[in-house]
Amino acid sequence: MSASPTWTIAAVRDALLTKKTSARELVKDFFDQIERRNPELNAFLALCPERAYAQADRVDAAITKGQPLPPLAGVPVAVKDVISTQGVRTTCGSKILENYTPPYDATAIERLEKAGAVVLGKTNCDEFAMGSSNENSAYGPVRNPVALDRVPGGSSGGSAAAVAAGLAVVALGTDTGGSIRQPGAFCGIPALMPTYGRVSRYGLIAFASSLDRIGPFANNIADAATVMSVTAGYDSNDSTSAAVPVPDYLAEIEKPLTGLRIGVPEDYFGAGLDPEVKTKVQAGISLLERLGCKRVPLKMPHTDYAIATYYIVATAEASSNLARYDGVRFGLRVQGSALMDMYRKTRERGFGPEVKRRIMLGTYALSSGYYDAYYLRAQKVRALIARDFASAFEKVDAIVTPTTPTPAFKLGEKTADPLQMYLADIYTVTGSLAGVPGISVPCGTTATGLPIGMQIFGSHFDEARVLQLARAFEKAGGFSI
Amino acid sequence: MKISREDVLRVAQLAHLELAPEEVETYRGQLDEILAYIGKLQELDLASVEPMTQMLPRTAGGATPAGAEPELRDDVPLPCNVGEAVLAAAPDAAMPFFRVPKVIER
Repeated sequence: MSASPTWTIAAVRDALLTKKTSARELVKDFFDQIERRNPELNAFLALCPERAYAQADRVDAAITKGQPLPPLAGVPVAVKDVISTQGVRTTCGSKILENYTPPYDATAIERLEKAGAVVLGKTNCDEFAMGSSNENSAYGPVRNPVALDRVPGGSSGGSAAAVAAGLAVVALGTDTGGSIRQPGAFCGIPALMPTYGRVSRYGLIAFASSLDRIGPFANNIADAATVMSVTAGYDSNDSTSAAVPVPDYLAEIEKPLTGLRIGVPEDYFGAGLDPEVKTKVQAGISLLERLGCKRVPLKMPHTDYAIATYYIVATAEASSNLARYDGVRFGLRVQGSALMDMYRKTRERGFGPEVKRRIMLGTYALSSGYYDAYYLRAQKVRALIARDFASAFEKVDAIVTPTTPTPAFKLGEKTADPLQMYLADIYTVTGSLAGVPGISVPCGTTATGLPIGMQIFGSHFDEARVLQLARAFEKAGGFSI
Repeated sequence: MKISREDVLRVAQLAHLELAPEEVETYRGQLDEILAYIGKLQELDLASVEPMTQMLPRTAGGATPAGAEPELRDDVPLPCNVGEAVLAAAPDAAMPFFRVPKVIER
């Protein structure tokens, strides 16, 4: 076990206020760590020291003047490379954006920096966030800091690995079908997918617009809650962002669990679930019961159709969103004899195999003669899956499941078989399709020390309940159950 | 086998992808396997189900809870002076245009 994060948001704040360190020294320590560890982990694709030190100096100046510190003052953060950062190369893990530098910051970045956070750099991910192992990055796979021969999960593998290895205190990832929660589970850290519409996606480079969300990785629940408090809330630059009030998450998470009803859907504990994962998650649920929750057995009958539905909806939207990469306005251009020839050559050279596979699958599902059989049908099943959640939340306050059917698999183990890779998302895509929030929390390890994740879903905009359960679970020792 | 070589080539053309000859069979086999799996969606009777076309939260009865409707901002034009920065990121620009190869062929 080489992962050894030592800093939390509270520890950073305390160290700065008591002058044990300056923000500049702290940032320097993190860059030193990254320099040591990143060649092995490949978690970061780009670092932005100028920007980071400038921000650290602003924090140090505020401390010198005795000004009140914002909630993330001096906190080193890592950002998945699908989120736009002005002046800092943003590749989406793709060759097609190898030299792309966004002209503006994503709202989530703007809010983090306004709250004092120090952006260290951009983290590796599956190309355009398409993958479950980080092996689809054009810049090489990330290694799992807990077990270097294993994948960190995907697609936000770099963000998960960076936080788990202590190379950032917190990180932003994105989740379309499990891309925050699954790497969180594989690397053994809390990882939250907020409700659809909760965190602005302005500046997030789109994969599947009805599914994409931005959320935090952290080493503890309070840190995840703090990042949520800063990033959540309405943004007029994102027409899908919701004007639902944002609660004080840090206050919410310390409330007792007494009387909360947790639903346990039998559909998530069937064939294909690794026995060690099953045992630990069941122990986790028992712990929540001892903490005052009432367990309610559930049936969510359309769970088994979620992967099929997801891989139609997500690829259809991707085929449309990725049509913009044509060599005209940004990114790679490969010269061609005429316009159409340039489009084809640029896309052939710029996209990796998984992205092409998904573009073709999505194009097929939307093409004339197949639309009704695939896309329309998938949108109907999606409605049924959303209804499963809505019905469940009439009976329960949260739903508890395993995050993944297995612990982290070996690098190269599933790359030859795309369908097997897709099935790694079997327990996470449901909540993605329904739009509800979900967190993965560490729930012990396998006998060989691989992290296991327990997933907690809440109803729309009820991140507070999800975080509250996660915090009580953490406090009671659930993370190492 | 549901997916033929011709299907792959047709879809690649629609998606503006130029596939190497050896890629065609690889993708054919993989898409065939994935679509066979997705075929399980045909098991369900969906005659009376409305497709989910937007992401607003719904109750089990289909209603949208209060406060969760989309917030549309007022239609007021705001300055957006990013033209130069955007063109600076283009592979080939001649202010204020993106330059591309010949579109109309003779």
